[in-house]
Amino acid sequence: MKNSISKQFKEGIITNNPTLVQFLGLCPALAVTTSVINAVGMGAAVTVVLIFSNLVISLSRQFVPEKIQIPFYLVIIAGFVTAAELFIKAFFPALSASLGLFVPLIAVNCMILGRAEAFASKNKPTPSVIDGIVMGIGFTLALVLVAFVRELLGTGTLFAAADGTGGIRVFGDSYSLATIFLLPSGAFLTLGFIAAAFQKISVAAEKKAKAEVTAEEITAEEEGEDENE
Amino acid sequence: MKMSNVFLIMFAAIFAENFVFSKLFGVNPFLRGSDKPSGAIVTGLTITFAMTLSSAATYAVYYLFLAPLGLEYFKTVAFVAVIAAISMLVLLILSKFAPTVYSSLGTNKHLVTVNCAVLGAALINIQEQNSFWKSVQLGLFSGLGFAVAILVFAGIRAKMTFSDPPKAFKGFPILLIAAGLVAMAFSGLSGMRFS
Repeated sequence: MKNSISKQFKEGIITNNPTLVQFLGLCPALAVTTSVINAVGMGAAVTVVLIFSNLVISLSRQFVPEKIQIPFYLVIIAGFVTAAELFIKAFFPALSASLGLFVPLIAVNCMILGRAEAFASKNKPTPSVIDGIVMGIGFTLALVLVAFVRELLGTGTLFAAADGTGGIRVFGDSYSLATIFLLPSGAFLTLGFIAAAFQKISVAAEKKAKAEVTAEEITAEEEGEDENE
Repeated sequence: MKMSNVFLIMFAAIFAENFVFSKLFGVNPFLRGSDKPSGAIVTGLTITFAMTLSSAATYAVYYLFLAPLGLEYFKTVAFVAVIAAISMLVLLILSKFAPTVYSSLGTNKHLVTVNCAVLGAALINIQEQNSFWKSVQLGLFSGLGFAVAILVFAGIRAKMTFSDPPKAFKGFPILLIAAGLVAMAFSGLSGMRFS
């Protein structure tokens, strides 16, 4: 059990990262990553929604007919998104203003729907909740990474609050701002380069792992753990 | 409604404020689009149809049911349900009358009709308190803007199949970089206003 949890963690954050490896749910990853605080807020909201939707979908997996699965999942997710939206509006008004429409748009985030289809609808509640936590963390880390680069180069500060005040000035006054990193094109380019770096690292790691496995001889552990129907 | 107004909304929605390149809505179906112009046109028109229909339907649901009952906060759930129903309808029509088109949409069929762009258009219409006709126009022209974006990108994809990027960039990363460059070109149009 413990082993499988640590395996899930490795999968969600590194080998199967929802944003940098599977490229799911890119709209928020590109649109709200103009500051690290925004990225953390969006990541937290998505994680919470993902945990609850995975739980409910896993609990109801035996009752829902296959034909209406996707509409059913969408409505469940939208319900939790509404709760998250009201919560953010009440307690973090500045964050709510700067994330804007992208909070309700979590409802059609294809990463959440993807996890519901690929994992929660086939697994028991406990692993589904863990999957939600892990995938949420992987998503949040990816967003923070992108936002770190964009905020640093685009505004010269880091960790500025959601209303644009405060933050640490990393570069001095002589730094001329690379505003393009705050624009959509900068978002695409930043995510592209980070994904390339990630791909390079993971390919190298895979090669190393493969070399080790062949040295120890391949056992039958490669197949058949993921899906227990 | 004057013709010139329609033209202004059309130009803004297709070029100056293109959903994909300036608002970053619908990036997922955009990046997973076809690399053949014909496939891109089919996907683009399917999305346009879904967006137009859902803009009209969500307007009706909001002003006929939610607003009179004071359930405005419930709009995300209601809109998602409406959009999911329209998605099922569109896919059903396609599978009945154009099975080749249906199968050309690939494995993530619902992604084509349930995405940020469709829900985003519905929410923008409510947020900006657009009239019914303006809502339908925004849905239609934003959908066409999406179709233009996906068609432009299909051409670039077709060229890219012959290129040989560094190993680390193979697959999605190079697509993202290319999308960034196209977005840069589109952002040149963002300052254009006719008035």
